[in-house]
Amino acid sequence: MFVEVSLKLFEGMLVTCKLFALTLLFSLPLGLVICFGSMSRFNPVKWIVKIFVWIIRGTPLMLQLIVIYYGPGLIGTWASKLLTTGAAAGGFVEWLATWHVFDRFFAVMIAFVINYACYFSEIYRGGIESISRGQYEAGQVLGMTKAQIFFKVILLQVFKRIVPPMSNEIITLVKDTSLARVVMVYEIIWNAQKFVKSDGLLWPLFYTAIYYLLFCGILTLLFGYIEKKMSYFRS
Amino acid sequence: MPILEVKDLKKSFGKTEILKGISFSIEKGDVLSIIGSSGSGKTTLLRCLNFLEFAENGTIAVNDKVIYNGAEKNKMSEQHIREMRLHFGLVFQSFNLFPQYSVLKNIMLAPTLLKFDTPENIEKKARELIDKVGLSDKVDYYPCQLSGGQQQRVAIARALALNPDILCFDEPTSALDPELTGEVLKVIKQLAKNDTTMIIVTHEMNFAREVSDKIIFMDDGVVLQEGTPEEFFNNASNERVAAFLKNVSEY
Ligand SMILES: Nc1ncnc2c1ncn2[C@@H]1O[C@H](COP(=O)(O)OP(=O)(O)OP(=O)(O)O)[C@@H](O)[C@H]1O
Ligand SMILES: [Mg+2]
Repeated sequence: MFVEVSLKLFEGMLVTCKLFALTLLFSLPLGLVICFGSMSRFNPVKWIVKIFVWIIRGTPLMLQLIVIYYGPGLIGTWASKLLTTGAAAGGFVEWLATWHVFDRFFAVMIAFVINYACYFSEIYRGGIESISRGQYEAGQVLGMTKAQIFFKVILLQVFKRIVPPMSNEIITLVKDTSLARVVMVYEIIWNAQKFVKSDGLLWPLFYTAIYYLLFCGILTLLFGYIEKKMSYFRS
Repeated sequence: MPILEVKDLKKSFGKTEILKGISFSIEKGDVLSIIGSSGSGKTTLLRCLNFLEFAENGTIAVNDKVIYNGAEKNKMSEQHIREMRLHFGLVFQSFNLFPQYSVLKNIMLAPTLLKFDTPENIEKKARELIDKVGLSDKVDYYPCQLSGGQQQRVAIARALALNPDILCFDEPTSALDPELTGEVLKVIKQLAKNDTTMIIVTHEMNFAREVSDKIIFMDDGVVLQEGTPEEFFNNASNERVAAFLKNVSEY
């Protein structure tokens, strides 16, 4: 039984890891785009981005999962209804009527990427704004271009400063992946819960903690290593 | 022919006029010291000369060529602003070294990015400059491993690496412990001897007296008095200047 549970949980862990990795892969760069948007000197862009970030950070991730998974399907059915009852017509409504639910995993991934990108964008922004104006001015006085100042002077200092908050957020992501089960993506906790239902066993659920602890332990070591690597300078 | 000629520079922040028409000139190889009470606009003047701020009126001419005209301040391209900046160097009160680079890299960064010279020559020159400011044993140190005085000397070398026509200092020693100011002032004196054209904002009166060819006293955005150190310290013609000097000498 133990082996069977272990294998099943491992299977779930693979899904968890896949969600984790894909979320990071897309949300890290998307966060930078959102960050630049929220710091834009063009006010409409700045405010749209800020409101978007507020909505995403101000609502539960669980809710966002449900909206992104079920939302398109609801719109599709609603549009079809409008068409059949003749309440509305036209190419746009016909197009809406073709909407249907996304693939489960894909929907979850989209929700995670957007959610985490917003959190990351705020960490990036905090990091960028914490760099003293003197660093930019020193670069300007030396005739460097804006891009050179950003990439050669500012970026590494920002990176160093955001490692601790990013490691926090990334470790939270590991555990947040368990939310994916609300739209039936078979991650590790889902797999454990199946044993509760089918065999009345509770311990597989507790057992998942080991997997999480191992995963987070590795990440903690990794971030510790990065922090150590960056400790050669102070800013 | 003056190397730098500034005419009627005016700069406001919002509705407050900070520089109210500053004019002066410097000959090549001379040292100009700017003194004046806090808030009189000295830093603002240096920032206008380095185009960190843009004066809305007045001209700045280097080697008889007007490089900046306040009337055209909104028409300049980024590229043009960068070119103008290269005529000047600026040493900040708070050093502003790049913390992630070693002493050598700090000095080489801008010349390398600007393709100032071949990499070999850039490095050779950087090492010479480090020698000149007396830090040959600290080439591979990072800023956080240096004292304030050493950091400021690196900052001076970094500014010199781009061969500015005029090197500006904004109170280069006021962020330093008193026992560290000497080493920085010594480097500046050495530069003065080697005919580096410099503008120095300072509160160190003895130093200003010793190193300057000309002193300007600024008060509330205008130049109140201008003259050689002798004229300045021996018979301050203006009563505000006299009061300032008396005040300072009491410290
Ligand atoms: N960016 C700015 N925005 C608004 N006001 C400013 C700005 N920079 C400077 N000022 C104002 O301009 C005035 C002159 O400032 P400045 O820093 O040039 O004086 P200073 O002569 O260098 O003084 P100190 O000896 O204290 O360094 C001050 O009243 C200051 O508050
Ligand atoms: Mg000042």
